[in-house]
Amino acid sequence: MITKPHIEIRNLNTFYEHQQPALVNVNLTIPRNQVTVIMGPSGCGKTTLLKTFNRFLELTDGTRIAGEVLIDGVNIYDPDQDVTEIRKKTGLLAQRPYMLPMSIYENVAYGLRIHGIKRGRELDLAVRHYLEIAGLWDEVKDRLHAPATRLSIGQQQRVCLARGLAVEPEILLGDEPTSALDPISAAHIEARLLELKKDYTIVVVTHTLRQAKRLADYVIFMYMGEVVEAGHARQVFEDPQQERTRGYLSGQF
Amino acid sequence: MVRSWHFKPRHVAETVAKFFMLLSFLIVAASLLSILWTVLSRGLPALSWEMISQTPKGGYYLGKEGGILNAIIGSLLLAGGGTLVALVISLPIALFLETYVMKTRWARYVRLTLDILWGIPSIVYGAFAFTLMLAMGLRASMLGGIIVLALLEIPIMTRAMDEVIRLMPEELSQASLAVGASKLETAIRVTVRQMLPGIVTATLLAFGRGIGDAASVLYTAGYTDRIPTSLSSPTASLPLAIYFQLGTPYPEVQQRAYASALVLTLIVLIVSLGSRLVSARLGRFINR
Ligand SMILES: Nc1ncnc2c1ncn2[C@@H]1O[C@H](COP(=O)(O)OP(=O)(O)OP(=O)(O)O)[C@@H](O)[C@H]1O
Ligand SMILES: [Mg+2]
Repeated sequence: MITKPHIEIRNLNTFYEHQQPALVNVNLTIPRNQVTVIMGPSGCGKTTLLKTFNRFLELTDGTRIAGEVLIDGVNIYDPDQDVTEIRKKTGLLAQRPYMLPMSIYENVAYGLRIHGIKRGRELDLAVRHYLEIAGLWDEVKDRLHAPATRLSIGQQQRVCLARGLAVEPEILLGDEPTSALDPISAAHIEARLLELKKDYTIVVVTHTLRQAKRLADYVIFMYMGEVVEAGHARQVFEDPQQERTRGYLSGQF
Repeated sequence: MVRSWHFKPRHVAETVAKFFMLLSFLIVAASLLSILWTVLSRGLPALSWEMISQTPKGGYYLGKEGGILNAIIGSLLLAGGGTLVALVISLPIALFLETYVMKTRWARYVRLTLDILWGIPSIVYGAFAFTLMLAMGLRASMLGGIIVLALLEIPIMTRAMDEVIRLMPEELSQASLAVGASKLETAIRVTVRQMLPGIVTATLLAFGRGIGDAASVLYTAGYTDRIPTSLSSPTASLPLAIYFQLGTPYPEVQQRAYASALVLTLIVLIVSLGSRLVSARLGRFINR
């Protein structure tokens, strides 16, 4: 199963305010149409790494980034790159779902309206389509125009999925996307991610080893801002090469 | 019930603190009630249909017939206009602060400036605007009044909105940015919606200050017994109506001042209840 990498990271260093380093010399390749899981102890830089893929890091004042992140061979930090286009290409599932202050329908239609992609009947169909993919259609089809905030957290996370997918990204990022959910909703999201990987490149941060094992095709293990080990899931889980990976996998931190 | 009185400094401090909290609450509640009581008991007997449906006739200020319709309409126009102008200016400032300069030094300067402006007494605004109008060759007019009230209201409105926007979770705007919306689109489509109840409250707060202010409109809008017909007409206002009527030596006219105060209070009450209702309807979609 050899595929061209979808995301390539070269000599990436990032700093928060006051020159606090968060990522140190990160070099990585992330395979296309697979689930890549990022693991590591709290504070090791997982969220930071994820935020470099959709240029969310620059939303925090005082951050600095050196190095390259290439998506399909193009450095997204090139000055001539359009940041909204990059973000359109990379969907995001955050740790907690946040509903836009609108109806369920409008939440899903939001990106399509912003980019002026679809309107009218076509928009209705698109909203339905993505709610179906997110596995939410049957639950909400009778109250599409009700406030999205009235949904349960688990349903809201699926609205986020539909909202993200609607603008037809190529990459799906998840920062502990199930950590705020109940087990059933979490399983729901996991199932969706596994279905979606045939069409999307998925990168997920998780703290649960079991979830990592269920989802991962490819694993990145980080420690204190550095990538310690990266490789195919089976290989990293069964025969980790690094001492620290072994320690983490056996629950030492 | 048996109580043991061990001396515990922490308990004493707690009791003293509670006492003072209760005291200050009572003072506030009592002043509110006594204000309402004064206005109602003195104003209600003098309040009549004639009073709110007619302009002052010849001997109105001597106790003869007429009403304060000129001041009611004038106040609504001045405060309504001033609030509208202030809204058009304040909302973009508040959004700009949030969207582009959030925690930078510039944002601090802008906030500090607004806070200082907020604290400046309204007579100073009046004097400033009056000087400006003289220089521009303008007479006391509705336009002058609207401008000065807008100036007076902008700091209040902007800071009130700013505080609301700052409560908005960062992740909410990120949810919009994540699908490729620009910062401007996010501000207009998400932030404004999310803060709609806050915008209403801020607008109300500013309207309340605008409609109740006498000092700033004294020289800028002037006073007249007629209903204004254009932006350049001098325009009466309720606070000044109260001031003039209270200043006469006739008890009947003084009573009318309280009736005018009652009308002013009612206007503020109706406007605030009405907009609460609207904002509750609009607020259904909001992310809390
Ligand atoms: N906004 C910020 N300003 C300054 N330092 C930050 C900021 N965000 C994160 N950091 C620091 O950067 C490092 C990496 O943080 P990051 O959030 O990427 O960790 P993480 O691996 O996602 O942790 P967790 O598993 O707890 O979510 C940490 O040391 C953190 O304290
Ligand atoms: Mg994190």
